[in-house]
Amino acid sequence: MSDILLSLNGLTKAYPGVVANRDVTFDIKKGEVHALLGENGAGKSTLVKSIYGLVRPDGGTMTLLDAPYHPGEPRAARAAGVAMVFQHFSLFDALNVAENIALGMENPPPMRDLAARITKVSDDYGLPLDPSRVVGDLSAGERQRVEIIRCLLQDPKLLIMDEPTSVLTPQEVEILFLTLRKLRDEGTAILYISHKLEEIRSLCEHATILRLGQVVGTCDPRETSARKMAEMMVGTVLHVPSRPAAPVGEVVLELASLSAPPPRQFGTALKEISLTVRNGEVLGIGGVAGNGQDELLLALSGEMRSAAGMVKLRGTPIGHLMPNARRKLGLLTAPEERMGHAAAPDMSLTENAILTGAIREDLTNRGFLRWARARSFAEAVIKTFDVRTPGPGSAARSLSGGNLQKFVIGREIMQRPDVLVVNQPTWGVDASAAAAIRQALLDLVAKGAAVIVVSQDLDELMEISDRFAALNGGRLSAPRPAQGLTVEEIGLMLGGAHDMEVAHVAA
Amino acid sequence: MIRLEKRPQPSQVWIVATPLLAVIATMIAGGLLFAALGKDPVAAIRTIFWDPLFSENAWFYRPQLLIKAAPLILIAIGLSLGFRAGIWNIGAEGQYIIGAICGAGTGLAFYPMESVLIFPLMILAGLLGGLLWAMIPALLRVRFGTNEILVSLMLVYVAEQILASMALGLLRNPEGMGFPGSRNLSQYPSAANLELIKGTGMHWGVVAAFIAVIFAYVVMSRHILGFNIRLAGQSPRAAAFSGVSPGRLVIICLGVSGALAGLAGMFEVAGPSGRISIDFNVGYGFTAIIVAFLGRLHPVGILLAGLLMALTYVGGGMAQGSLGLPVAAIQLFQGMLLFFLLAVDVLINYRIRPARRRVA
Amino acid sequence: MDLSAINPVLLLASLMVAATPILLAAIGELVVERSGVLNLGVEGMMITGAVCGFVVAVNSGSPTLGFLAAAAGGAALSLTFGILTQYLLSNQVATGLGLTLFGLGLSALIGQGYIGIKAPEVPDLHIPLLADIPVIGPIVFQHDPIVYVGLLLIAAVWAFLKYTRAGLILRAVGENHEAAHALGYKVIRIRLLAIMFGGACAGLGGAYLSLVRVPQWTEGMTAGAGWIALAIVVFASWKPWRIVIGAYLFGGVTVLQLNLQAAGLPVPVEYLSMSPYVATILVLVLLSSGRAPGSLGRIFHASN
Repeated sequence: MSDILLSLNGLTKAYPGVVANRDVTFDIKKGEVHALLGENGAGKSTLVKSIYGLVRPDGGTMTLLDAPYHPGEPRAARAAGVAMVFQHFSLFDALNVAENIALGMENPPPMRDLAARITKVSDDYGLPLDPSRVVGDLSAGERQRVEIIRCLLQDPKLLIMDEPTSVLTPQEVEILFLTLRKLRDEGTAILYISHKLEEIRSLCEHATILRLGQVVGTCDPRETSARKMAEMMVGTVLHVPSRPAAPVGEVVLELASLSAPPPRQFGTALKEISLTVRNGEVLGIGGVAGNGQDELLLALSGEMRSAAGMVKLRGTPIGHLMPNARRKLGLLTAPEERMGHAAAPDMSLTENAILTGAIREDLTNRGFLRWARARSFAEAVIKTFDVRTPGPGSAARSLSGGNLQKFVIGREIMQRPDVLVVNQPTWGVDASAAAAIRQALLDLVAKGAAVIVVSQDLDELMEISDRFAALNGGRLSAPRPAQGLTVEEIGLMLGGAHDMEVAHVAA
Repeated sequence: MIRLEKRPQPSQVWIVATPLLAVIATMIAGGLLFAALGKDPVAAIRTIFWDPLFSENAWFYRPQLLIKAAPLILIAIGLSLGFRAGIWNIGAEGQYIIGAICGAGTGLAFYPMESVLIFPLMILAGLLGGLLWAMIPALLRVRFGTNEILVSLMLVYVAEQILASMALGLLRNPEGMGFPGSRNLSQYPSAANLELIKGTGMHWGVVAAFIAVIFAYVVMSRHILGFNIRLAGQSPRAAAFSGVSPGRLVIICLGVSGALAGLAGMFEVAGPSGRISIDFNVGYGFTAIIVAFLGRLHPVGILLAGLLMALTYVGGGMAQGSLGLPVAAIQLFQGMLLFFLLAVDVLINYRIRPARRRVA
Repeated sequence: MDLSAINPVLLLASLMVAATPILLAAIGELVVERSGVLNLGVEGMMITGAVCGFVVAVNSGSPTLGFLAAAAGGAALSLTFGILTQYLLSNQVATGLGLTLFGLGLSALIGQGYIGIKAPEVPDLHIPLLADIPVIGPIVFQHDPIVYVGLLLIAAVWAFLKYTRAGLILRAVGENHEAAHALGYKVIRIRLLAIMFGGACAGLGGAYLSLVRVPQWTEGMTAGAGWIALAIVVFASWKPWRIVIGAYLFGGVTVLQLNLQAAGLPVPVEYLSMSPYVATILVLVLLSSGRAPGSLGRIFHASN
């Protein structure tokens, strides 16, 4: 009996315009923690969707425990012993933990028994959960717990985890790793998808690296340096953003005890957030998703209004102003969700340029639109930020994630803001576009503007911020200079481990 | 089996082609329907679509087209602004009625005085009546978040009761020998909405409809209001980000569609219909919904769709007379048109592809 | 004006009868909306059920067959809505409106030869023992079977949604269809079944009007009952038992104003006739609480 659990052979999957996976071949051994490495857009998600039965590959085969394996749907995968925790949770906010878990199972036991099993298993693995709590009220880390317990209750042979630590603080990551190691010791194989090299080096025994849909290498992360793995992932030397030293100027934006109730049912309330940002500086705000980032952006953009004095621009209260009034004064924002919030997917890039640029770029004349000017503005953004698209007439939804992000951020930068607030500026964007965006932000700051970057990517924040603060449960920690902050300190600022416990490791 | 694949761009070709495809499909299905009813399908289709325009009696029927089309176009233009923004005014029929009542009431209040000021005042009254009736669902939505579909619809039934009450009470013709219904406005010169050019059926309502089409075209393609309407309908979150105030949009869209519907009612009661009676309203407010969708919510499209729908009304009336086709068949025909249009609309944003075969 | 002519026992009894068509249509639509679909075509499905039920009952002599035909007719019509919105991804509001207009036209056509005809009678049930309780007996326990079918349906739907796995899956699809799809549930199939159930219930409600309440066929006889049913689903915050309250409230207003008209209340008849509709508006304004299912009205397209 070989010790190979799952074998992939020549898997290929294409979508209109892009080949997501090309001839992917590798093996996962039983009880092995196997990393799947690659940049955004490398094809990792598509590959695991094929393994989990959500997507049917166009070519190639798979074998599980020496038998042919071709799940037509997730149910078949689960029946074969493959479980998956997605990056974006498949949870139902209005239902409770037990109901959510029941929905993810084939033949769930009656509710009462299920609730008892949930409590037991979650305690055993150090991820305690109350089965009767409504999922919408849980934090991101707790929601991930629900997903994990859902998988564990089915005694999987293979557990696939897709970017699990993007929603966890450093302390929570450690606890998760203890849980995963316990699973490995019990014989469960783990396929761990991530682009975070230090984590992979600490957890995984074997790594397969994907680039642009193909396997470009394998290695043992315990013996390979992060730098080597990065080079294999990206294939080129990365551009490290540079910024010329510039003097830091006057306070341009101030938040004074900004408080606001949650705008939607399962949102986060903002609690007495205070900060100042000066001309020429970058303030980084870190925090795992769901701690008030969206709400903070809404309060700054003007979509959510507050008491006038809670937000001050150059000393003037603006908390009561609508978005366009704030744009006129020089405060611009870029929300996290590029498709549907920052840009209207079915509208052209020219129209999307009007979306935020109408005021500062003078695109209307007594209410009438100046289409020619709008088109030129859109073309300027496309050219300056190297947005790959046939032209400004293309619909926003036809652009790739990275290109749309370049357009959306470029559109704001080219309006010469005094203050620019961006939320997750490089999320889901390939490395070169991400570097370009970060450099553009730094160039803006060099010209004297102030920038606030809200991000889950701590590496990115440490790279470009002058000062750093953490958003936790709607509260902002006191900003501190970024230089010299340790991972430990950042983790604590982000809120420690949210009442998780260490896993009960069997003697 | 087939499967749908989203297009990167909405298809410009299909945006124009789908209404044509829908009309053809309806003609075929309608023909089958008529055959099932025991009527000659070809004769029926010809009577409905061809005869009113080109037969030997067409000189009589052609003016009817503009008369029937004018209220449909006027109302549909107003509806299209809201529909594009995701604001569903389903109660246009009620706003039409109230506009007619206000317009007629204003005119009758001056009877028997003659003055050139009366007609403009009636226009204003009709506009305001429809606008205020539409403000009820608008303000309830802005203030309480109540669903405007249900409120505006309930108000249609309320408006019908008010109409009956007016026909029997306040607006009843004192010289009408006790019969319900108001004085005939088309016989009261200052208030009458008469044919402007003999033999064409063109009255002030038709003129208003054309003006509305031009106005809507300019606003939707060149004005920031039109941009905001489209944005709000497609991507509400992006609209909020852009700074569109949803409450303001609701009030503007419902207000304009209410005003236009009220205007249509006023022109109708002072002209082709002539007087306030219990069965004054014939469903233009609902048919206009079909016209709006058939015209792809675009002003020029609505102009053409309104004329097409008027054709089915007039031709349908002819078929009723000459072929014994039941009136309800025409209503069904119009409903089918909407269904076919909704069905083929999918081609604008999606391609049809054969389903992938499973990997062995 | 003679208020003493109003018999309170009869009033309350007729309240249940008046409420039943709306109750049936509303509970069907509640299931549809809990699955995440907004079907505004209730009026069209009700009137189609009314005419189908009437025609089959008259031709077969059996009201039971009539009700079954009504349910089938409503379900068949709703299937067109289902195909358009779930497979061809059409806008739910426009399609629902189209369904209403189509249904009104179709029913007028089918019902052409049946105006003025009398339908076979539906006898009242006389529930043993319970019907003999003074006062309450005649009010509650002496109705035709469909009234009780309606109440049983409410109980069944409540139990289904709360306690069964299928009910849980339906709720999940309505809350978050993306997540349900990711978990492997057949969103479209579940929604189609819900839509057809809604159509069948609306059809039953319509047939109740033409076979029991009126009982005759007239064009457009539903007079907005389908729209009221939609309002009641909102009023009930998508909870089954609250539908009973809403339907009975509306039934109560309807019956009361009819009785007041008959008793000669010195208010013009038209203002009394509009009271149920005004009451519905008030109810909608005062009770815009409760959370709608998360995916309600949004188009679902699996991008595989």
